[in-house]
Amino acid sequence: MWLNPGESEALRLSLAVATRSVGFSLAPAIGLAWLLTRRRFAGRTLVDALVHLPLVLPPVVVGYLLLLVFGTHGVLGAWLERAFGIELVFTRNGAALATAVMSFPLMVRAMRISLETVDRGLEDAARTLGAGGFDRFMTITLPLMLPGIIAGGITAFAAALGEFGAVITFVSNIPGETRTLPLALYTALQSPGGDRAAARLALLSLTLGLGGLLLSEWFARRVRRLLGH
Amino acid sequence: MLSVAAAKRRPGFSLDVAFDMPTPGVVALFGRSGCGKSTLVDIISGLLRPDSGRITLDGAEWLDTQRRINVPPERRGVGYVFQDARLFPHLRVAGNLRYALSRANGAHFVDLDTVVDLLGLGALMGRRTHQLSGGERQRVAIGRALLTQPRLLLLDEPLAALDAARRDEVLPYLETLRDRLALPMVYVTHRFAEVLQLATHLVLMQKGGVLAQGGIGAMSLDPRLRSIIGRDEVGAIIDGRVLGVDAASRLTRVRVGGGELKVQTPGLETGTALRVQLLARDIIVSTGPPQHLSVRNSLEGIITEIHDDEADADLVTIDVGGTRIMARITKAATRELGLGKGMRTWALVKTVSLRGHSFTSTASPDA
Repeated sequence: MWLNPGESEALRLSLAVATRSVGFSLAPAIGLAWLLTRRRFAGRTLVDALVHLPLVLPPVVVGYLLLLVFGTHGVLGAWLERAFGIELVFTRNGAALATAVMSFPLMVRAMRISLETVDRGLEDAARTLGAGGFDRFMTITLPLMLPGIIAGGITAFAAALGEFGAVITFVSNIPGETRTLPLALYTALQSPGGDRAAARLALLSLTLGLGGLLLSEWFARRVRRLLGH
Repeated sequence: MLSVAAAKRRPGFSLDVAFDMPTPGVVALFGRSGCGKSTLVDIISGLLRPDSGRITLDGAEWLDTQRRINVPPERRGVGYVFQDARLFPHLRVAGNLRYALSRANGAHFVDLDTVVDLLGLGALMGRRTHQLSGGERQRVAIGRALLTQPRLLLLDEPLAALDAARRDEVLPYLETLRDRLALPMVYVTHRFAEVLQLATHLVLMQKGGVLAQGGIGAMSLDPRLRSIIGRDEVGAIIDGRVLGVDAASRLTRVRVGGGELKVQTPGLETGTALRVQLLARDIIVSTGPPQHLSVRNSLEGIITEIHDDEADADLVTIDVGGTRIMARITKAATRELGLGKGMRTWALVKTVSLRGHSFTSTASPDA
């Protein structure tokens, strides 16, 4: 095998964390994209800013805030552990949460752009055909914003594979549990004689990232063609 | 009865209209672009809420702003055919039709097969919507609206985006709907040819208000129509009936009021309803029975009205046995012939337009 066992483990873990991260955030992202595009409500600008905050904040700060809220003594962290036995700190679920928060703005952005191109006249037409609000959303709006959902999901997945700062701050760097690709790469750079390993991991990250972006574009094109654009 | 009253104010535009239409029937909302026709249709559909108003259809209340009643569009039972069709691009033609059918409530009066048959959609069912021509798109849109089993069909300039050939392709389908389904329709257009072909009732709109309204026959004689369609298009619209074929000339005899017209339109059975338009500019008025003329059609009647049309012309309304027609003649002619109310006259009809198609009634080559 081209990768050593520790490195393949980091790859597997990264994929697992990214999958969970996208899985967690897909539905809330669709909801927020819809809310921010279609509704005018008090505090909309604030919500919009909060969603985008991880883009401009140092990832370490995000990790630190997650520790405050979801840490063992944090408000939500303590409650989650008491009520459901869910531990986030030092676990892969915690890593998934950190990457989800960091990639959330990318996802919401892609979905909003897609939702803005959905012709509201089609929703009006569905209305006159007897479709109520939820029905319209599920049968017209959602299928038509599919290109954005796919693009957002894949971009967020690729970004989640590479998240470093928030992950290492929130869940530390534990082999087999939270040591994802970028953390493994960082560890390799810190170890004497780890140059070759670092190069391999960097190349792997590059391939995954590029592959993700190309896949996203390919999917989006396919769906667009299906919709006749 | 469809009864509509609505007012809506927007910056730079205000709409304040009221009209009633007997059902079933086709009411044409007719007027220039920007007069508020489409806004009014959106209000009837429920997609747009007026500042104040009341809308009822055959006793069902859809809107009454005073009593805070506003039935949402999805529960009004309206079919809406938009100018731009608005087919769902992620569904095939069949999917678009089924979308409507599966959400229809109330009594079903048309099924999928009937609609496919009425509108000739059979070959299109498996197509994606972007593979359709403009005319096909509108036919699918009409079919989709019908499958909601509507109590009222709204058509907002359904032919405006089509070229003349495509319009002629879709129009007969709309006539079929009117005649076969007896479905009340509100038809928005700025093209008088479509009014002529489809409408039983006409609401003339101008600058956000109703200028005049009434049955198509009476409205065709209304001088206010002239200001919108222009002098050359003014003329009586009459629903006639085929009496049979004239043995000598082989022309079709059409009953119009107390008289009859002979037109060249072969293949129509006796008893067929036939709408004719007699343009005012195509009618010559004579004070005696016509002789030594090439014009084949004349109708005898009594002058009921003469009013100014323009500086040197009058519009003369003549009752020809219960149906009125209108002729434009010069003021000089009115004077010289001594025309006046109650006078017996003969109207010589140069051209009879049948549902938009013109048939000259001057001696035809084979007659």
